[in-house]
Amino acid sequence: MATMTSAITAPTDAQASPARWQDYVQLLKPRVMSLVVFTGATGLICAKAPIHPLLGAVAVLCIAVGAGASGALNMWYDADIDAQMRRTRGRPVPAGRIKGAEALSMGVILSLLSVMFMGVAVNWLAAGLLAFTIFFYAVVYTMWLKRWTAQNIVIGGLAGALPPVIGWAAAAGEAPLNAWLLCAIIFMWTPPHFWALALYSSEDYEKAGVPMMPVVAGAASTRRQIFIYSLLFVPICLLPAFTGLGGLPYLAVSGAGGLVFLILAWRVMRSRAGDSADPRLDGRLYDVRAGARDARNLFAFSILYLTLIFATLLVEASLGLPTFLNLIPGGV
Amino acid sequence: MSEPEAPRDVAPAETPAQDRPDPRFQARRGRNIALAVGLIVFAVLVFLVTVVRLGANVLDRPL
Repeated sequence: MATMTSAITAPTDAQASPARWQDYVQLLKPRVMSLVVFTGATGLICAKAPIHPLLGAVAVLCIAVGAGASGALNMWYDADIDAQMRRTRGRPVPAGRIKGAEALSMGVILSLLSVMFMGVAVNWLAAGLLAFTIFFYAVVYTMWLKRWTAQNIVIGGLAGALPPVIGWAAAAGEAPLNAWLLCAIIFMWTPPHFWALALYSSEDYEKAGVPMMPVVAGAASTRRQIFIYSLLFVPICLLPAFTGLGGLPYLAVSGAGGLVFLILAWRVMRSRAGDSADPRLDGRLYDVRAGARDARNLFAFSILYLTLIFATLLVEASLGLPTFLNLIPGGV
Repeated sequence: MSEPEAPRDVAPAETPAQDRPDPRFQARRGRNIALAVGLIVFAVLVFLVTVVRLGANVLDRPL
């Protein structure tokens, strides 16, 4: 009887309420899309290649739509997981506002449209990279890595790291070392960023059966790995100043911000973030645990830091400021 | 000459349930408008990209 009742009341694949156009926008993960647009545009501008402004805008639009398409495919495939986590249970598919099949169709159609339009309007290298990114996120990360290994966001982070390379390839028709350096920055940023979040929401992941690092290896190991990745991440952020990409402002921002990043990562390692739940705060959006403030600080600062370094590169390239190497006597 | 003021203590009459717009209809209308706007923007983009890609060659054809 109980099964029958839940089968009737639960908004499974049937629509609980009529889907509004805003639900379809939510399917494209607009927040993720905004970060992808920002890093993709940075790659495009940093290439300093002559590209018609309209074609540049179309390239960024294609990157955005491609990212949105992979988001829709992710929501289609992960509806069962999303329904179990407080952070994601309100998404259109698990909430029953949009059918899974609709999300799948939208993801496939927008993927094809964004890749083909990028190829026809801009160039096929950028289109190929965009196709690979969508495939990597929707298939390799969502369907395989996410449910299989604790290294899911480490390897899967490549999908989120590729947009600057796509932007660079769109403008210049090639993807040189500096473009891949931008990719490396986001790639190395992903583990400390997501593991800091996972430290204070690991119960959700555990309930949904997602093998996030704190669930599989424990909080102490995750905190240690966050610090190790941060030690590798910060020097990589300084590199663009020495490869002819960033100028003096970039060196200052990445250096000062990197120092703060390391201090926050050190605090997380020394904290008890993720160790034990605080019963007074049970039932909130995230499980706030002992020492979780340190993890939340790192999570919030990681977003600010990435935004700052990419914004600095964007401004320097837009204004045509000299790179750090240009300022050194005898430099390039 | 000013209009006579309406009495303030009269509450507005409640709209009968059958006259309220159906939320399903409203949602469908919103989706249709969003789709139409998307298609128009896409068509305009394709046109502009074609002109930009062809450049001066747009006029270089037998008349």
